[in-house]
Amino acid sequence: MKLTYLDWSIMLVYFVFVLGIGLALKRYMKTSTDFFLSGRSIPAWITGLAFISANLGAQEVIGMGASGAKYGIMTSHFYWIGAIPAMAFVGIFMMPFYYGSRARSVPEYLKLRFDEKTRGLNAISFAVMTVFSSGISLYAMGLLLETLLGWDFSFSILLAAAIVLIYVFLGGLTSAIYNEVLQFFLIVFGFAPLVFLGLKDAGGWTGLQTRLATVATAHGFGAGAWSESWHYMGSSSANPMGVEWFGLAMGLGFVLSFGYWCTDFLVVQRAMAAKSMSAARRTPLIAAVPKMFFPFLVILPGMIAIALTYKSGATGFALPKKIDGTFNYDLAIPMMLGHYFPTGMLGVGLTALMASFMSGMAGNVTAFNTVWTYDIYQSYIKRGASDEHYLWMGRMATIFGIGISVAAAYVATRFNNIMDMLQLVFAFVNAPLFATFLLGMFWKRTTGHGAFIGLLSGTIAAAIHHGLTLPVGAVAGVKGGWFGATHVYPSEMAQNFWTAIFAWTACFVITIVVSLLTRPRDEKDLVGLVYSLTERPKAEDVPWYQRPTVLAVIVLLAAIVLNIIFW
Amino acid sequence: MQLDIRLPIGLMFALLGALLTVFGFLADKGVYQKSLGINVNAWWGLVMLIFGVIMFLLGRRGTATARLTEESPEGKKIEEIEHRSGLER
Repeated sequence: MKLTYLDWSIMLVYFVFVLGIGLALKRYMKTSTDFFLSGRSIPAWITGLAFISANLGAQEVIGMGASGAKYGIMTSHFYWIGAIPAMAFVGIFMMPFYYGSRARSVPEYLKLRFDEKTRGLNAISFAVMTVFSSGISLYAMGLLLETLLGWDFSFSILLAAAIVLIYVFLGGLTSAIYNEVLQFFLIVFGFAPLVFLGLKDAGGWTGLQTRLATVATAHGFGAGAWSESWHYMGSSSANPMGVEWFGLAMGLGFVLSFGYWCTDFLVVQRAMAAKSMSAARRTPLIAAVPKMFFPFLVILPGMIAIALTYKSGATGFALPKKIDGTFNYDLAIPMMLGHYFPTGMLGVGLTALMASFMSGMAGNVTAFNTVWTYDIYQSYIKRGASDEHYLWMGRMATIFGIGISVAAAYVATRFNNIMDMLQLVFAFVNAPLFATFLLGMFWKRTTGHGAFIGLLSGTIAAAIHHGLTLPVGAVAGVKGGWFGATHVYPSEMAQNFWTAIFAWTACFVITIVVSLLTRPRDEKDLVGLVYSLTERPKAEDVPWYQRPTVLAVIVLLAAIVLNIIFW
Repeated sequence: MQLDIRLPIGLMFALLGALLTVFGFLADKGVYQKSLGINVNAWWGLVMLIFGVIMFLLGRRGTATARLTEESPEGKKIEEIEHRSGLER
């Protein structure tokens, strides 16, 4: 891919604005609340866009495009089933506790609701996870820019790390949120014309459908397997994902999706920065609106890429292959950018791609520095220091958090397996989390011991389940089966979904059992933390179209309609 | 006076849009073979320009700003509660 001075200037303009925002916000960062929670003063539409933009990292843009090519429109389950319901739930039912309890982070909520050890477990595992995730996304970006533009690996990761460092260091969470909003629009504007051109080349939606039928039959599935999202979900052998509807609905739609959107501080932090309770509750609901249309922006290009590969269009686009002869799905979107965009638009598209990496990374970094400073440093290392000291610590945490990410990116270049292992362990830690929050928020009898032991058992259950099963065609090892495979899943995704289901169930059951055996907390200590003991937030003085429940109903109905249209 | 996010967004898109539009209308049209003969720079640049200008104008009269904690009533209340509950430590 060759860039011209025009593309370079576009990138430069973007970098200048990103840094400029950080610089402009510097003077407003006076207290630690300003730095870590934006002083809880941001309007809902901004926190809402940041809410999805922080999640719009590498795995979203590159990964969803790749899945679109690999599995077709079924990938949209990650949105219409795997995100929207959970986003509505967190806005309506959980935000009153996160925001209302005045906890400054998700682990801190656990401390208020349960006890110190539950917070410690969650804070430490979360802190480790976020820095490594941001390292993994840096690594992916370095690799991509190397393949695409021939940029030096070190140059691209150090450049991205330096830019994120500067703007987060200067402007804290506000800077990250503002830049996420900027990145959101950039991604929309950078990718929309790509979808238009690709779709035109493939002969519109009907043309795409006939081409995708070729893809599906070539893989031995029914003709609509790539263009109909639910039709082939009856059995796991009928669709390319290798999952059946129950595993999908429970594993992805319930456990994984609620676990991520409702408990991951990376996204919840954005809502906590909102200026009022109703703005905090609206945050995920506003986010859900663009979120449900993202499949058209990130999955559709992947589908177009594979369709044109099997049945060539006017311009002869085809997916590149790896050395072993299989398709390099991860390059679906990047290669399409290079294929359809002339210089100028290409600069915008590539800048959007880089923006997505950087917003994902900034999201991780701001979540890390907050959890580090409030939940680890202030709780276990240095209590009772001045607010200025913690503000300073937050800035330091930004520096060393990014330092560790960069180091992790380099480790990943050498030992790819270590990163796979880490991600596996993270999945074990994350899977049971939602059971703890669900019980904690809606069952006042849940105790700290119950939550702690439940969480540990859930993680162990995930590890055991993974150790006993294998996806079809895989060898025992990082893919599972290290205790000896007793069950073989039709795909890795099916295995992941069921690992999550087992972990969640174990955590749920054990938390209940242990809670019943231990002494409950005094009810008066739980006011504001548990559903039955908390006054419902009033609909406040907002017009009807801004009421969280109204928005939630609209969003859920729209998601159902989308599911039906593409059934 | 605080920074309204719509100002930088508006400025950036207006600038990028203008850049693309000018390039699209003036420079060599040969590059558009890639994009199925459509001059995406000119058309999409124009869309970006309009979006940028609208955002900028909204930002000029709007109030979508982040305020200092002590300047907003909600922020004051939060700081007070945090102080009382000892969360500040």
